Amino acid sequence: MSTKMVKFIISRQDNPETAPYLEEFEIPHRPNMNVISALMEIRRNPVNAKGEATTPVTWEMGCLEEVCGACSMVINGKPRQSCTALVDQLEQPIRLEPMKTFPVVRDLAIDRSRMFDALKRVKAWIPIDGTYDLGPGPRMPETKRQWAYELSKCMTCGVCLEACPNVNSKSDFIGPAPLSQVRLFNAHPTGEMNKEERLNAIMDDGGLASCGNSQNCVQSCPKGIPLTTSIAALNRDTTFQAFKNFFGSDR
Amino acid sequence: MAGSKDFINRRIHSLLGVIPIGLFLVQHLVVNHFATKGVDDFNAAAHFMENLPFRFFLETFVIYLPLLFHAVFGLYITFQARNNVSSYGYFRNMMFLVQRITGVITLIFIAWHVWETRVQAALGADVNFSMMQDILSSPFMVAFYLVGVLSAVFHFANGLWSFFVSWGLTVSPRSQKISTYVTLGVFVLLAIVSVRTIFAFI
Repeated sequence: MSTKMVKFIISRQDNPETAPYLEEFEIPHRPNMNVISALMEIRRNPVNAKGEATTPVTWEMGCLEEVCGACSMVINGKPRQSCTALVDQLEQPIRLEPMKTFPVVRDLAIDRSRMFDALKRVKAWIPIDGTYDLGPGPRMPETKRQWAYELSKCMTCGVCLEACPNVNSKSDFIGPAPLSQVRLFNAHPTGEMNKEERLNAIMDDGGLASCGNSQNCVQSCPKGIPLTTSIAALNRDTTFQAFKNFFGSDR
Repeated sequence: MAGSKDFINRRIHSLLGVIPIGLFLVQHLVVNHFATKGVDDFNAAAHFMENLPFRFFLETFVIYLPLLFHAVFGLYITFQARNNVSSYGYFRNMMFLVQRITGVITLIFIAWHVWETRVQAALGADVNFSMMQDILSSPFMVAFYLVGVLSAVFHFANGLWSFFVSWGLTVSPRSQKISTYVTLGVFVLLAIVSVRTIFAFI
C-alpha cells in the first residue's frame, strides 16, 4: 500500500461577496489522477490538511476531455482546464485558484457570462433565417474549411481573457476569444455577407482597438488558436472598414 | 461614424507615435549627431533648424499637439493595464510592460527637456552647444539623459512594431517576427546615434 499524498492549496470563497481564503488539503495519490479526480476525492471526504471537517470545494466541469471549457481554473499560476491537468505532471503543492478576471460564484466556480454576452455583441453567428427557403449557400473551399476549423475550436473557456493584461475591471475590453470568432464567421462564405456588421461591432468601445499586443492569449490558448493572427487580420479589415465608413464606398 | 471614439483615438494614438512624433525623433537625433563633428557644426545645424520657415506652425502641429495627445492618451492606456509579467513571462508581454514603463519615463524626460531647452530659450537663453555642455556637466544629468533618450528610442522602436500590427500591416506570425528584428535594428541604430551625441557634449 502506497501512502504517497498529494498536497493542494486551494483558494476558496464562500460567496461572491465574501473575501477569499486559502485552505490546504492532502489526499492519497492514485496513478494517473487529474485535478478533477482530486477535487472529487475532496468532495467525497471534505477534510482539510489539519484534519478539520470543511465544506466540499465547488468547481464546474462538463466534458472532461478539454472541449467544453467549463473546468478552467488557475493551476500553479497558469489558467488551464483542470480535466487535462495531470497531477503527476504538476509541481507540488498544487495551487488552485479561480480565474479572477471573472466574477467568482463560489470557490473555483466562476461566471463566464461576459464571454457569451460578447459573442452576442459581435454577432458571432450566421443569419440565415427568413420567410422562404433561400436554397444552399455558396460552397466553402476545402482548404479554407480546414483553416477555419482551427478557429472553430474555441470553447469559450476564458483562459485568454484571464491571461490578457488588458482584460480587467478598469477596462471594458471584450478579450481575444470573441474577436477571433468574428474572423471565423467573416471567413464563412455565407457569414461573409454580414461581414460589415461584425466589423462595426468590434470597432465599438472595448472592442478590437483595446488590444495591447501583449500576445499572452496566443501563448495561453489550450486549443492553439492563432488569436493574435486573427486580431492582426481584423486590424487590417477594420482599417479598410473605417475608411469605407468615413468616406463612403461604392462596394 | 468610422468607428467608436475609442477606436479612432487608439488608432490615432498609434499613428501619431510614428507620424509625426517618430519622424521628428529621428530627425532630432540625427541633427544633434552634428555634436560629434564639433562645436561649430552643431551650432550651425541648430541655427539652421531654429531658422526654418513657419517654425511656430511646424513646432505646434508636428511636435507639441501630437505629443500632447500621444502622452495623455498613452497614460490612460498605461493605467488601464493590469500587468502580469510575473505569471506570464513571455517576450511580447515583457515588451508590453517595458513599452508602458519607457512611455512614462519618456514623458517625464521630455517634460524636463522641454523646460530646460525650449522654455529657457523662450526666456532668453541661447540654445547651443555650450548650453548642452552645461547641462551634461553633472553626472546625474548624464544618467538622466541616457535613461530618458534610450527610453524614448526604445518606445519608438517597439511602438513601431505595434503600429504595424495595429494598422494591420503585419498579420502573420512570420511577418511579426521579422518586424521584431527590424524594429530591434531601429532601436540599436538610434541608440548608437543618441549615445554618441550625448557623449560628444562631455
